[in-house]
Amino acid sequence: MITKSYSLFLKDIKSELRTRYAINALVMFILVAISVILFSIGNEKIQPELTAGLYWVVIFFSAMSGLSRAFVSEEEKGTTLTLQLIASPDTIFSGKLLFNLILTFFINVIITLIYAAFFEGFVINNFVLFLVTFIFGNIGLAISSTIIASIIAKAGSKGTLYPVLSFPVLLPLILTCVQLTIFCFDGTSFANALYELAIVVSYDGIMITVSYLLFDFIWKE
Amino acid sequence: MYWKIFLFVLMAFVSIAGITFPIVDKPSVWYEFPFIPGLGENAKIIFFHVPTAWLTVIAFLMSCIYGFRYLKNKNLNDDVKAYVANQLGIIFCILATVTGAVWAKFAWGAFWSWDPRQTSIFALLLIYGAWFALRSSIESEEKRATLSSVYSIIAFVTVPFFIFIMPRIMTGLHPGSADDETSGPIVNFKMNENMLLIFFLSLIAFTILYFWMWNIGYKSILIKEKLQKNIEVVRDSIFNG
Repeated sequence: MITKSYSLFLKDIKSELRTRYAINALVMFILVAISVILFSIGNEKIQPELTAGLYWVVIFFSAMSGLSRAFVSEEEKGTTLTLQLIASPDTIFSGKLLFNLILTFFINVIITLIYAAFFEGFVINNFVLFLVTFIFGNIGLAISSTIIASIIAKAGSKGTLYPVLSFPVLLPLILTCVQLTIFCFDGTSFANALYELAIVVSYDGIMITVSYLLFDFIWKE
Repeated sequence: MYWKIFLFVLMAFVSIAGITFPIVDKPSVWYEFPFIPGLGENAKIIFFHVPTAWLTVIAFLMSCIYGFRYLKNKNLNDDVKAYVANQLGIIFCILATVTGAVWAKFAWGAFWSWDPRQTSIFALLLIYGAWFALRSSIESEEKRATLSSVYSIIAFVTVPFFIFIMPRIMTGLHPGSADDETSGPIVNFKMNENMLLIFFLSLIAFTILYFWMWNIGYKSILIKEKLQKNIEVVRDSIFNG
């Protein structure tokens, strides 16, 4: 199963690198979104709380514009049935999840670099906490986005419905991550942020369990 | 029949008692409520606001359970049951949001202040909205039933975060919040027996009302489908023969 999911992942990467459509569009999307924010801020000095919020807003919307492709492109190309023949649902989900994880980490590293360069309030005083938040936050984001993307691919209207369905599911994760990012700016110690970190980790655990349980039903529909 | 009369009497009693019983410093008679510091007369909303919020969650739980049953048995009636539960759930969710906002105007001075509980009920409203948006985008009945069942289960596992965890880690204004010293946890300490009794009677009355409405909604959809089928049969027989 692992080798099969890995080869599915390689197939996605190859077909992505052949056109580079999604990656180019995503990077441009990030640049546009952040420049809109920078223009609207102008010369104002913004609070760390607001910086943390804006950071996760950009992460959320970039994820929403990029992560649905994994399943929607299969549906558009009409390759869903072939995939159903050659692999079990768990394998498919693992492969797609791996691809989305890599994509999420890629776009969020870019977003973080741009934020660090252009936002004065983006000063991380507790780097370990930020790293842990970043890793677990991205994992949760990728898991929820992947399972919702598989629902969207089967439903009729693909573009607009995706953020609508994902937002309530992602809200606990995003609120907690915003809180944790503020802690990183404040330099709160790791021990004081354990409660919030536990929420993020348990969110990841719950979502991955539910996703693997329910993906069978979506995929066979 | 008798239980409908019983429900009417119960609802009437709860409404009258909840609104008119006086709040005094030291309750001595059975129809007097205790004074809760920081809440005062505002405390009376608990008899009407909390049941609506409770039913929002119950309706959501039911749609999740029937979604689960649909995925297991593939019986479209379960999907209809989940649909009716969600219809009622969104009504009670709006009621809880509106009554809470009006209460907040008097208690906290603003209709909306992103208190954790307000965030939670807003997220529930979004989930209900998303659920109906998803349903309206799918044509085929079986596909719609499967995908909306899956979505209710995915959304339901996030609900504990909103209802139980968020209000306890974030500081808030709502009675019963983590840092509330004047009036929380209201259900355990500050209400006396009379107030608790009326509160639980109100919960029971609203719950019975909910199940009654749910039953009627479910039956009406079944009858509608049957009528639709009959009309089609008649139409076919007219055109074909």
